[in-house]
Amino acid sequence: MTRTAPALAKAKPVRLPAVADTVLDNGLRVLAVRRPGVPLAEVRLRIPFAAPAKGTATHVARAHLLADTFLSGTEQRDANQIAVDLQAVGATFGVNVDSDRLAFGGSVLLDGLGGLLELLGELLTSATFPKREVEGERDRLVQELAIHRSSAGVVAREALFARLYGSHPYAQDLPASDDVQGIRPKQLRALHAARVVPAGSILTIVGDLTPARATAVIQKALADWTAVGTDVPVPEAPPQSGRPALLVDRPGAVQTTMRFGGAAPRRTDEDFAATSLANLVFGGYFSSRWVSNIREDKGYTYSPSSGIDHPLGGSRFVAGADVATDVTAPALLETLYELGRIATVPVKQEELDRARRYAIGTLALGTATQAGLAGTLSQLAASGLSIDWLREYPRQLNAVTVEDVLAAGARWLAPTVLTPVLVGDSATVAASLRGLVELETQ
Amino acid sequence: MPSSTGTSVIGVPTLASRKLSYPIERGRLKNGLRVVVLPDRTSPVVAVAVYYDVGMRSEPEGRTGFAHLFEHLMFQGSANLKKTDHFSYVQGAGGVLNGSTHVDYTNYYEVLPSTATELALFLEADRMRSVALTQENLENQVAVVQNEIRVNVQNRPYGGFPWLQIPPVLFESFANTHDGYGSFVDLEAATLEDAQSFFDRYYAPANAVLTVAGDVDPDQVMTWVEEQFGDIPKRAVTSPPAFTEPELTEERRAVVHDPLAPAPAVAMAWRTPNPKALAAYLPHVVLAEVLTDGDSARLQDRLLLKDRIATSVSGYLGIMGDPLDARDPTPMMLEVHHAPEVAADTVISAVDEELSRLATDGLGQDEVDRTVARMTSRYLRDIDPVLGRATHAAVFEQQRGKAELLNDLPGLLAKVTAAQVRKAAGTLGTDNRAVLELRPGGAA
Repeated sequence: MTRTAPALAKAKPVRLPAVADTVLDNGLRVLAVRRPGVPLAEVRLRIPFAAPAKGTATHVARAHLLADTFLSGTEQRDANQIAVDLQAVGATFGVNVDSDRLAFGGSVLLDGLGGLLELLGELLTSATFPKREVEGERDRLVQELAIHRSSAGVVAREALFARLYGSHPYAQDLPASDDVQGIRPKQLRALHAARVVPAGSILTIVGDLTPARATAVIQKALADWTAVGTDVPVPEAPPQSGRPALLVDRPGAVQTTMRFGGAAPRRTDEDFAATSLANLVFGGYFSSRWVSNIREDKGYTYSPSSGIDHPLGGSRFVAGADVATDVTAPALLETLYELGRIATVPVKQEELDRARRYAIGTLALGTATQAGLAGTLSQLAASGLSIDWLREYPRQLNAVTVEDVLAAGARWLAPTVLTPVLVGDSATVAASLRGLVELETQ
Repeated sequence: MPSSTGTSVIGVPTLASRKLSYPIERGRLKNGLRVVVLPDRTSPVVAVAVYYDVGMRSEPEGRTGFAHLFEHLMFQGSANLKKTDHFSYVQGAGGVLNGSTHVDYTNYYEVLPSTATELALFLEADRMRSVALTQENLENQVAVVQNEIRVNVQNRPYGGFPWLQIPPVLFESFANTHDGYGSFVDLEAATLEDAQSFFDRYYAPANAVLTVAGDVDPDQVMTWVEEQFGDIPKRAVTSPPAFTEPELTEERRAVVHDPLAPAPAVAMAWRTPNPKALAAYLPHVVLAEVLTDGDSARLQDRLLLKDRIATSVSGYLGIMGDPLDARDPTPMMLEVHHAPEVAADTVISAVDEELSRLATDGLGQDEVDRTVARMTSRYLRDIDPVLGRATHAAVFEQQRGKAELLNDLPGLLAKVTAAQVRKAAGTLGTDNRAVLELRPGGAA
């Protein structure tokens, strides 16, 4: 008996929670949302942490070690006491840094929120960076970087960013080991004093508690955080025009790690919705052309995917696939074909509609949890957007036409505006790649 | 100050905050399909999961990796669906989907706007009814799986360490020791007949648990389930065989060489009590966290902070890292990455000293309580998404007949005592374990 797929039920109106948006006396912006669910609170604090125009390498190294040693001591507690206290309130809480911000984030049992914020207040005002802990973490960071860089994906990412961004700070998002080696505690204390400041920082709290209560708890715990520092803006990322492909040798590699990078519109740009849909149709989800082609038709790869991310200095398109070494050139050929197709041939209406429904539906899925909502709000706020964007963006998606997707594809996804980086066994793949693209080697 | 027994100055949250009461309803169709519904109307989303009682341990000799390959084939077409239809229906409804293969089960799931609940049930029913196999799709997915193995194992430093490499040191039988990703030779030898008989044997309704969590009315769900799955014929299923093996009576050691790894690592594994006997098993689950969860944990404190002989330490139960999703036998694992200038035996000795100290001196209940506090917090975070609830309830129902463990787990963890954890530590001896060293570079 033939059965047919049931139709979708009528879509429900989007209901967004109320966000209490407050700026405290010290300049810290607080976003608080009540979201019932499990008895946890999600906490995200982002502190602007862009590298200065000169001295990116030094800043990146110190910023990473700062993050790694932030929980190593305060005037009131030593490293062990901090670890014990975090565990006791059920906090999964960490510190990390990227090219834009220093971030504290995690979750905590709801009735441990006050204790966590009290500790956070201590860290922000009186982290001590003890000598012994700094030296230990410094050695560990060097070892972790070596492990990290043994991965082909990391090699490709670093090569791609260097190529895309040149002298812009985004060229480097991981420290060089040599720059980590010599760091001393007083340099971390100085970085803390200069940059860990409330003005411009955003704290987001989501959990089953009223925004008024959340804000009051924060006010009490972080009132003493009053440091003043210098604002270091993120410079605008350079425009991208596509550079020749770079092949990084990984002798004996059984796969070639392919990455394609370029610029993309910001969420606030007119053609962002259309570009997002062009990305989906090309390679941004499983039901895309690129996945159908090089995975489901030809079996060249396991996990091709493309996406747009949003560093503050300029949004970025990256596509990646790890392909079997012996089909590297054919996989590149198909990739260039699919990029060329999205840039020059109109998509089918049904392809557009499917991508649109996916974009709208997954937006709702992403905010259906406390953690998802907290992360989304925090990122939107950093880009100058509020929760209203979650209502506005589906409207923009609904208005996108086939012509809009073609224009966006031509502008942002054309093979000539992207820069390819390949990490693989040069001896096997270089010659055939040269038949397709201009190739530089490293 | 004996740092790892330090007490908290900011107070442990009350256990009252960890009581869960998600409604759970269940049903069973005449063909044997078990159904669990977890309604929650707070967000307009739904998760649908199907758990089949077949995993890597079910594979026959000569067909390593077949359970996982077959998982891929279940996306290649079914009774009324063509290749790629499954993806385009789910994603075109605004949803996400995947499947995964584990030692004792294979799962398939989707998370969608709840307006697509009936559609998701249709899609899962369609491939439970029959799988549509072609030689072309089989060969395509063999190539895809080989690329999955290349990206996750062969071209990755520490790929497969230790989850694919330590079972043959710790266990004896083919079921427990073989590479569940599969050898390329075995993958290429797979036939359509293998696939059909695997489906017939393991993908029967009575061998599956279906869970639906989220914005649904349970009665409506049961009606839809009856409509979509009710006429799939009943097929006989057999209980999963016991994979239990005798305890180790002496230490077993092995070495692997990893040309891509820049630094060495060591993994240690012991047998645990049968996970089915939860009261006896949970102290071991807590023990792994006492040893390795966070900078105040015993081994972090010793190896990372005091002795500074390690780069990272982790510990967990279950070969794939989830303590509550596998049957007996299942191991307790410790994994330590260390600098090349530190000898593996230095690391192992320090671990042994800490295990012995814990088994001899014990620990305070406060150390257990704070460990359980964070375990509980992590668990709550896992089950906040509807998918987390659907998958936990499914595996609990499949392996224990008890989806209610979803609500009960925090309370059971809170009952674990310091004496039980100390006793569990006493089972981690030097003469009943497997030790696997990973050395960077090629074989000497």
